[in-house]
Amino acid sequence: MRPMAQIAMVMNLDKCIGCHTCSVTCKQAWTSRRGMEYVWFNNVETRPGQGYPRRYEDQERWRGGWELNRRGALKLKAGGRIRKLAGIFSNPELPETKDYYEPWTYDYKNLTDAPLGDDFPVAPPISQLDGKPMKIEWSANRDDNLAGAPVHGDFDPMVDRARKQASDKVRFEFEQSFMFYLPRICEHCLNPSCVASCPSGAMYKRAEDGIVLVDQDRCRGWQMCVTGCPYKKVYFNHSTGKAEKCTMCYPRVEIGRPTVCSETCVGRLRYLGVMLYDADKVTAAASVRDERALYEAQLDVFLDPDDSRVRQACEEAGIPHDWLEAARRSPVHALISKYRVALPLHPEYRTMPMVWYIPPLSPVVDALSETGHDGEDAGNLFGAIDSLRIPLEYLAELFTAGDIGPVRSSLDRLAAMRSYMRAINLGEEPDPSVPAAVGMGAYEIEEMYRLLAIAKYEDRYVIPTAAVGDARRLEESALPQGCSLDYAGGPGMGGDGPVGQDSGRKLLPLVPVENFHALRSRQTADHPTQPVGPSDPEEA
Amino acid sequence: MRHTADHTHGGTLMTTFLWGVLPYITFALLVAGLFWRHRHDRFGWTTRSSQVYESKLLNIASPAFHYGILFVLAGHVVGLFVPESWTETVGVSEHTYHLFSLYGGTAAGLLALAGIVLLVYRRRLSNAPVFRATTANDKAMYVVLLAAIVMGMAAKLSHAGGDGYDYRQSIAPWARSLFTLQPDIDLMAGVPVLYEVHAVIGMALIALVPYTRLVHMFSAPVQYLFRPYVVYRSRDPEQLGPRPEKRGWEKAGS
Repeated sequence: MRPMAQIAMVMNLDKCIGCHTCSVTCKQAWTSRRGMEYVWFNNVETRPGQGYPRRYEDQERWRGGWELNRRGALKLKAGGRIRKLAGIFSNPELPETKDYYEPWTYDYKNLTDAPLGDDFPVAPPISQLDGKPMKIEWSANRDDNLAGAPVHGDFDPMVDRARKQASDKVRFEFEQSFMFYLPRICEHCLNPSCVASCPSGAMYKRAEDGIVLVDQDRCRGWQMCVTGCPYKKVYFNHSTGKAEKCTMCYPRVEIGRPTVCSETCVGRLRYLGVMLYDADKVTAAASVRDERALYEAQLDVFLDPDDSRVRQACEEAGIPHDWLEAARRSPVHALISKYRVALPLHPEYRTMPMVWYIPPLSPVVDALSETGHDGEDAGNLFGAIDSLRIPLEYLAELFTAGDIGPVRSSLDRLAAMRSYMRAINLGEEPDPSVPAAVGMGAYEIEEMYRLLAIAKYEDRYVIPTAAVGDARRLEESALPQGCSLDYAGGPGMGGDGPVGQDSGRKLLPLVPVENFHALRSRQTADHPTQPVGPSDPEEA
Repeated sequence: MRHTADHTHGGTLMTTFLWGVLPYITFALLVAGLFWRHRHDRFGWTTRSSQVYESKLLNIASPAFHYGILFVLAGHVVGLFVPESWTETVGVSEHTYHLFSLYGGTAAGLLALAGIVLLVYRRRLSNAPVFRATTANDKAMYVVLLAAIVMGMAAKLSHAGGDGYDYRQSIAPWARSLFTLQPDIDLMAGVPVLYEVHAVIGMALIALVPYTRLVHMFSAPVQYLFRPYVVYRSRDPEQLGPRPEKRGWEKAGS
């Protein structure tokens, strides 16, 4: 056993109202820069829909993720090491601007400066790539709320696959249509194919918290990671020529705060916490032959933080105590492993994603109520899930490689929770057979209700800090380094360097010799104001 | 070896500068530039790919240019650093060698030339975002790079007849003598002007490498073949922030 800790996320799709607040705050925090105009570390897609970039889930086209070779071993779908190096001079599987969208701004000046005329002046769209007037044709969520679904809906790759199983269930006529929102960030996978694709070795998974990052100093802009990621969540900054991606807001997470997208989520649908997993089991689990067994295989990789042997192994592996405690209280662990209501997004990519989703149930309740039935009655609900307007087949294509079983069981548990808790809230006698029917106890149901419905801030985000666990290591790094003004766009930063925008290392790692001497002389001085330095030979 | 002390084009001073001093200036600029780049500008060290703007032309032009120029590079290494006596020992006559270098070199050169012409066309004429992303530095680099390729091909093809110009008797030993720190300038005396021009532009190109986007040639990721797929790295303790206040109500004044 080689236990490791991972900061993971669960999103409760039932609660997502598609307000895009997470996308906007993330954009403001991280990608409101030149070169990143088209980039959304967090985006919210309406499903069914093409997603962003368009049709990113069509891996026969984009070749993201892993596949098994003839011997049953994992290999990158876009080709192994030799093929990558031989094809390094261009990458035919790289999405172009038109697959994302051409970013634009508006010529607002025209509103005030237009000459007097009969028409109201308008602010025409201007491309942010070439500065010329452009026609807006697509954006990160051009098909929001099923806009254009009768025309575009069929382009959703998952619609194709769901129709193979249930041909008549996915429809785009208004009366029969369905939709839900799918917020997406980087999955911070246990078996990240972007990291494996990086020829420079610039991408890495952090050993302490599993966050996948790009070392900006080592990235050489080969862009293999963009192809490697099946979720297309690594982006190319076309201004600096480097890859960038969702950082799980690590500067916030390190001090125990939730990510920007979680903190600002209006529906409070995001959960953050620690998952413990056995790193030795990851490769075997990702190589399971049957795609539909990948969900169960990934569950087997996770470790139970309440198991004393696991705790001992974790301590031996150097996982700090407060991380173990956080893992025990982790809402993510509860939703994934204990209640089993959260499911991974596209396990068939074999990357072992770590942002999981609770499938949406709400439309069932609404649909039932509309037909005059009691929408939250257990009997009605269980029966209705199969005839859900959102076809189980479609959800299964997203979350379980097409296996309806886990989706169904997750929805059953959510339905049982609604029915059971409604009885309590109305002062009725709760029916113990309802939790039993989904294999849960009454107490478990109430706990899950607290987590999902009450959703207190402290319950949703259980994030151990890096600082506490690493206090001893931190002491060694107390020397002041760098200038706090040296950030991008800050006063300590110059303009364009001689070799392109933003080039040049602004933080010189040279200085601490002076600091070292200053500290040493202060430590050895008799009086704090009269340091003895190496520079007083005259007195000797 | 030929020692035809023919100093009619260019004085002795110029000859000494071009073939005795310039190579070392080039080398110094290369090494200093690489050191500077590595020390202070690792962030700017990138291919600055423009594929996200346009990929149709690039998918043809870029591999053509890069494979062409890699074969050209290999040809230069063989031509300059494998002495004629070695190839004759293994039974390759000068004529055979000449034909091989003429056809092989020209093919590789044409491939590179076609690639770069297409790339420049794409950059300058066909795609506005790509042109907008082109810096003055890039433009200067393209001029020198294109000039080096064109002059090299001109030199080779204008001396193609018969056994061609045997640079392995003059330029190659001179290039090798540079590494022993005893540059044999006289060897360059009888070299045709086109070859001389090509050599000077070539040196300019080498000196430019670290200061332009060409620097990406020094980050050819061969280590990718040998490292494990998934890279783990530990957090940098120097980059951790201080502990924050716990979230919640602020304490009322005591």
